[in-house]
Amino acid sequence: MARVDLWWLPRALILGLLAFIIFGPLTNLVLWTVAEKWYFPHMLPLEYGFSFWQRVFAPRGNAMGSLLTSITIAILTVIASLALAIPAGYALSRLKLPFRGLILLAFLIPQAFPNLPVYVNIARFFYQIGLNGTIAGVVMVHVTHGLVYAVWIATAAFSAVDTDLEEAARSIGAGPFRAFRDVTLPLAAPGLMASAIFVFLESLDEFTGTYFVGAPDVTTLPLLLYTAGSGGNYQIASITALLLLVPSIGFMLVVERFLRADVLSKVGH
Amino acid sequence: MTIQAFLKVEKMSVGYGATTVLDDLDLGIGKGEFVALLGSSGCGKTTLLRTIAGFAKPNAGSIRVAGRDVTHMAPDKRGMALVFQSYALWPHMTVAQNIGYGLKLQKRSREEIDARIKEMQDLLGLSGLGSRKPGQLSGGQRQRVALGRALAIDPEILLLDEPLSNLDARIRLTVRHEIRSLQKRLGITAIHVTHDREEAMVMADRIVIMNAGRIEQQGSPEAVYNMPASPFVAAFMGAENILSMQARVSGEQIELHEGAFNASTVTARNGRDLRSGPVELRFRAEAARLTSNSATAAVEPGALELRGQVTSVSYPGGHWRHAVRLGVDEILVDSDNPFGQGEIVKISVPATALFIFNASSEGTAH
Repeated sequence: MARVDLWWLPRALILGLLAFIIFGPLTNLVLWTVAEKWYFPHMLPLEYGFSFWQRVFAPRGNAMGSLLTSITIAILTVIASLALAIPAGYALSRLKLPFRGLILLAFLIPQAFPNLPVYVNIARFFYQIGLNGTIAGVVMVHVTHGLVYAVWIATAAFSAVDTDLEEAARSIGAGPFRAFRDVTLPLAAPGLMASAIFVFLESLDEFTGTYFVGAPDVTTLPLLLYTAGSGGNYQIASITALLLLVPSIGFMLVVERFLRADVLSKVGH
Repeated sequence: MTIQAFLKVEKMSVGYGATTVLDDLDLGIGKGEFVALLGSSGCGKTTLLRTIAGFAKPNAGSIRVAGRDVTHMAPDKRGMALVFQSYALWPHMTVAQNIGYGLKLQKRSREEIDARIKEMQDLLGLSGLGSRKPGQLSGGQRQRVALGRALAIDPEILLLDEPLSNLDARIRLTVRHEIRSLQKRLGITAIHVTHDREEAMVMADRIVIMNAGRIEQQGSPEAVYNMPASPFVAAFMGAENILSMQARVSGEQIELHEGAFNASTVTARNGRDLRSGPVELRFRAEAARLTSNSATAAVEPGALELRGQVTSVSYPGGHWRHAVRLGVDEILVDSDNPFGQGEIVKISVPATALFIFNASSEGTAH
């Protein structure tokens, strides 16, 4: 054992660095949520406590209200997105549509343009037709955003269901809708579930569109976070951020179970 | 056809875009008959089956079942059941749910469905597997579930799309007989698509040989085997040896002219549709007889005698297989005793084993 493998050193360093990049800010965030007093040049908070948690969850604190608004909007966005993505995804996966690739790309357009000018114009338009400051308006903005995930993943999920399975049902007496309901939909369900989770998380995190279309009547958690952060109240901001993080991490752990390799391999095809 | 056709396909053409898959095809199938559609891949046999099932739309022609026009009917209204090559079992349903699905669609009562599922399981040897998912079954069991699912609804016509091609060779042999005896017992009309000649021969009442979207020949297994109507059918039925000769047809006799390797032979016409001129001869390796050059046994009347040189000998099992060279042609001939490499041998092909076709007919697909 004369030779000592020194490769562990750079490897350990890189892994350590990676861990720091990921967990460093998170640690900072968690520390802020329990810091009562913390100022420069101290490395760690001077006093710990939960008084800011009480302020966030107090009836006057807005946080619970915003959380409820956020979740309501996210659920409505998921329902609307899936209602559009299920028929669209099925059509894109089954029918021999011309320009199929172009249609799929079209759903990326909302992401392709710079957000601010788009939302300013949407806000102006919504203001004219009275949708500004309504939940419905915010949901519509979120749907345009979420649709790209919903349609792409739904198309992949339906493509992963063999047409033979559907035809087997047709051949022994199932009408087209019955075959879809009993065979195609249950088999595509995990993929659709995954797309629903993506849309939900996307909606929960969305800021720019909500800000222009919803504020100040509709306050979601990211808007609250923004207000607290820009007001210099890092404790409130951190607690709100932590609240936003919980569903994200939870769902990310779940989504991995729903998105099987055969579905993933068909995304965008 | 002597029997009244139960399923009647008339003047049917099917194509995708510019390509024609089936061209002006006619086919009649009697009630209770087991018909095999046999052909190499791409011959249109699966398309024909899928068109009958309603999954492909014909451009022209009609399909009738018991006098009822089903040409434009949806697949679920046709009273047929298709067994897929991939089995297409629903992985989210149990074996019992798979088998019972068609009955559930017919809104039968719970008890009736359960009784029928049990009956199917007993019939197919699937007892005790009812609560398993298809993923937990072996290939043979899956195949039987697929069959049970199709049979449970008592279809007027059972369509089988190469249902045995995904099975192990050994299981395939037993399943062949199982399906055949089941079909006989239940008296179902069945159409079976396959590219396996032996499978078609063993299972079917009638074999329909397809080539390039047309029916080349149809008839009983022994008819297509012993009286192939075209070089394609002869080759598909195992007559792989080809020789070219000149022939003169006069009345009921065919005279094969003397060539470099054969003496002239006169054989009976036997109803063959043949013109004088260049002909193509085909015969099976096992149908010819090999003797040494010095043998002096008399040539039986009508047989073709050839003389050639053995180029290689192999033993595939049961008999010796010789490659014999006749000028540029090489033929394969089986014999019970081996002949040495380089030896000059006599080959005699009996008249009944000799398939003669006019050369350069449009059917020469090789």
